[in-house]
Amino acid sequence: MLSVNNLTKIYPSGGRQLTVLDHVSFVVEPGATCAIVGPSGSGKTTLLGLCAGLDRATSGSVVLNGIALDNLGEDERADVRNRHVGFVFQSFNLLSTLTALENVMVPMELRRQNGIRKRAMALLDMVGLTNRHSHYPSQLSGGEQQRVSLARAFANEPQILFADEPTGNLDNETGTTIEQMLFSLNAQQGTTLVLVTHNLELAAQCGRVLHMKGGALVADQIAPPQNPAA
Amino acid sequence: MSLRWLLLMAWRDSRKNRGRLLLFTSSIVLGIAALVAIQSFGYNLQRQIETEAKTLLGADLEIEGRQPVPEHITHLLDSMGATISREISFASMVQFLPQAGTRLVNVRAIEPGFPFYGQLETDPAGAATIFLNQRQALAENTLMLQYKARPGDSIAVGSLHFALAGRLLQVPGQSGIAASVAAPVFIPYSLMQQTGLLQKGSRVSYRIHVKYPQGFDAAFYENTLKPLLDKEELRYDDVEERKQEVGEAYSDMARFLNLTAFIALLLGCIGVASSVHIYAKEKVEMVALLRCLGASGRTGMGIYLVQIALMALAGSALGAVLGTAVQFVLPKVFAGLLPVSVSPALSWAAIGQGIATGLIAALLFALFPLLGIRRVSPLKAIRASYEPVVRDPWRYLAFAGVALFMVAFARMQLGSFKNGLYFTMAIALAFGLLAAFAQLIIWLVRHVLPLGGPFIWRHGLSNLYRPHNQTLILVVTIGLGTALITTLVLSRQLLLNKVKFSSAAATRPNMVIFDIQDTQVEPIQRLSAEQGLPLMGTVPIVTMRLHGINGRTASELKADSTSRRSRGLLNREYRVTYRDTLTDSETLTAGNWHGKVQRPGDSIFISVDQGVASALKLELGDAMVWNVQGALITTYVGSLRKVDYQRVSTNFIVLFPTGVLEAAPKFFVQLTRFENATQSARFQQTMVSQFPNVSIIDLNLVLKTVDDILGKVGFVISFMAFFSIITGLVVLIGSVIISKYQRIQESVLLRTLGASRRHIAGINTVEYLLLGSLAAFTGILMALLASWALATYTFNTIFMPQPLPLLAAFGIITGLTLLIGLLNSREVVSKPPLEILRKEG
Repeated sequence: MLSVNNLTKIYPSGGRQLTVLDHVSFVVEPGATCAIVGPSGSGKTTLLGLCAGLDRATSGSVVLNGIALDNLGEDERADVRNRHVGFVFQSFNLLSTLTALENVMVPMELRRQNGIRKRAMALLDMVGLTNRHSHYPSQLSGGEQQRVSLARAFANEPQILFADEPTGNLDNETGTTIEQMLFSLNAQQGTTLVLVTHNLELAAQCGRVLHMKGGALVADQIAPPQNPAA
Repeated sequence: MSLRWLLLMAWRDSRKNRGRLLLFTSSIVLGIAALVAIQSFGYNLQRQIETEAKTLLGADLEIEGRQPVPEHITHLLDSMGATISREISFASMVQFLPQAGTRLVNVRAIEPGFPFYGQLETDPAGAATIFLNQRQALAENTLMLQYKARPGDSIAVGSLHFALAGRLLQVPGQSGIAASVAAPVFIPYSLMQQTGLLQKGSRVSYRIHVKYPQGFDAAFYENTLKPLLDKEELRYDDVEERKQEVGEAYSDMARFLNLTAFIALLLGCIGVASSVHIYAKEKVEMVALLRCLGASGRTGMGIYLVQIALMALAGSALGAVLGTAVQFVLPKVFAGLLPVSVSPALSWAAIGQGIATGLIAALLFALFPLLGIRRVSPLKAIRASYEPVVRDPWRYLAFAGVALFMVAFARMQLGSFKNGLYFTMAIALAFGLLAAFAQLIIWLVRHVLPLGGPFIWRHGLSNLYRPHNQTLILVVTIGLGTALITTLVLSRQLLLNKVKFSSAAATRPNMVIFDIQDTQVEPIQRLSAEQGLPLMGTVPIVTMRLHGINGRTASELKADSTSRRSRGLLNREYRVTYRDTLTDSETLTAGNWHGKVQRPGDSIFISVDQGVASALKLELGDAMVWNVQGALITTYVGSLRKVDYQRVSTNFIVLFPTGVLEAAPKFFVQLTRFENATQSARFQQTMVSQFPNVSIIDLNLVLKTVDDILGKVGFVISFMAFFSIITGLVVLIGSVIISKYQRIQESVLLRTLGASRRHIAGINTVEYLLLGSLAAFTGILMALLASWALATYTFNTIFMPQPLPLLAAFGIITGLTLLIGLLNSREVVSKPPLEILRKEG
């Protein structure tokens, strides 16, 4: 599903070269759940961004669902994201001027699909927010916003889901609910999950944990998931 | 991505932003309003001119000359069945009785019939038909008001007294401003001779007004009458020509006003660009998110471009509505400047042009900040990116688009690409200078003013250069409007001072007495001496016509289409003088001045004005033959002069040496000086009584006339420049509202830390006071620079601005800025912090 080979990212910063990722390589199989952990500044988010096609690497390659991202232009990578990738963000990142339903509809509208509204309502139903479909993000709690974000992430039936600290801005109880929902939906949809987190308990629920430090992959731990949602 | 989806997303996103979007485009409303108002008025005026064409002339044809129109022409017109009405007009002194006020006016002696179209509007109505049959006169309304004369009072015209039949309110084809320059007094044609004013040397115009019979053949006019009139060297005007003249005169003014309105629009567009710049920054996260979800950069930009386009359309439409309403005020604004009264009406052409201009301008200016949205990285949705800033070539294209638009609009107004380019460059220079001044002062405020000092002042000052501050934009927009109006005020002062200073020195004359006959010279000199007026020169004037140049007659030169010599100068009557020295208003630019012909038969070397020499293609040594009332005199161009015609003095384009014209028929001009208005009035009253044919111009009259003209024209320009100021203030309101959330956050934080409402109000007061002062100061500085340049290079006068108008401009602009800023910030100051946060969150 996801193949990362010798991935390196260097940024110019204050006249010097800053190596944020240093020759990282790994492969994630379809349907697998994978957590990326590490201290702040270890390159987790940068790795996530490169894997999702949000950025270009300095060297190395990323092949996502058989598509090499390195040679694609911005708009082509946007198209890949729309068709194959779902996102869940730490700050929910809902469009504040759209209702919950409209937020879920956006990825499908970009793809010009039919029957968008019905599917979006079904997704909101899956996350238990049918009655809140006409509410704006400012009218929803943090947990509810993240649930809408989850529904949106699955709107285009992605093959792979990237989640960046999905429970980072939530309290423990709400965070647990979201985690359960995330893994449950993931299992239902058969999506590959790549998760960036500080939370080792959350990471332990994944089948594989990649440890990052100083931009390098320092450990690759295969483990059976604890408390699987399925 | 489909337009439909872009519209959908634009609509969705606008839910919380409609007010702000409307505010952005409110900046352009006034500029569009001004454009539509002027354009609409222009279309309506053209329509009115077409409708009232014949009343502009009062006849179908007007023939004019310096001699009575030859009889064979009047007989020809009679034989065609045309109705004619004769007129004699000339400048002369009149005296209002019993007030004894004297004034130089344009006396028009007319026969019954004129005007054939339109009418002389009088008060009482009907006075125009009565006065022709009796010894009565009609005087222009402002004259009668000035001298407190009423119908029934007397007016002395030459040696005849007339009873005033009424006030003249409107003469067909004459604007109020023309009436103030040459105030008319109408008397019956039959009584003209009895006034005794037609003397040798008088500048008299002989006119006949012609009304064509039914079925008049236009081909006769073109093929027979016009060639005959040309041969007789008569001037003539028909309805089409007069329509064209009036239309062109207004077109010139309208182009200037359109450019002034365009400046208001440009200021508004700068406000739009600035607001959109901040708006776009706020949308970066949303665009980054959309890009994560699969939207392209163009799609993200497209959403906001659609929003701005729709709001620009709304703003332009609102501006067009306002402009259509404003044009109802314009007849009052243009009162006195136009020869017809205009009835405002809806002009779809003007509305369409205004909306299109507003839409294009707003989009072009908004494009500049919006282009950056295309390149927003999706990484921003997860964290701030490290991406280096990359130059975007499309921004240069957007900039070029704006420049081209400005050049194109200016070209449409000014008629040539070159002038359009110069105008655009001048505007860019003005904006650039304003921005540079503002940056300099901000830099000085930041680096030179002490960081210590009261808390309120420190925070107020630092708000000027905070991140995302609008200081530069506000200074440019408000400053430019201030600069425009202040330049206008200073220019008016310049022109008035130029007239004053030309005779300010005790050695300079400030009164010119002309049309003095030979036998009147000594008596007038005695009278002047008796009344304490010094003799500052008695100048003889001989009238003559140009017979030929270098062996070719004037007629041959006129007929020669390759000669390129000025027809007007070949045709005209010349008034020349003779003396042996040059005056201090003359400077030799070529050749030598020969002041005296020593012996009869010697060659006569004359001096010619350099501009006239150029127009007549003259060189030193060329032979010019003059017809001096029947006698031909051959002269040679001995020198060229540059003459300062703006002095209150006698200036001549052709100067003869002494020893040639002493025996020729002539009249005289005398220069003198009065010390106060009472002395001037007393002298003029005595002169009019004893020498009614003699006319007097004094500096007071010149100043008053110039002031009147400048006042009328200046009012129109001020009216339009006012739009710029208001636009600047609208941009200010927009800026205050846009930055409100940031200010609220700061205010909440400060109040949480213990600042009182007084502190917050104080900080806001200091900030807006400084902003207003900065804008006013920058604008006034710009105006001083522009006025100095006008004084030095255009008006050739000393630049001495009066401080009072500058202080007034400074105070008003600063005060307005402070008031508007505080009014819009009062919520931040007065409400409890948590309440504000809840409302804004």
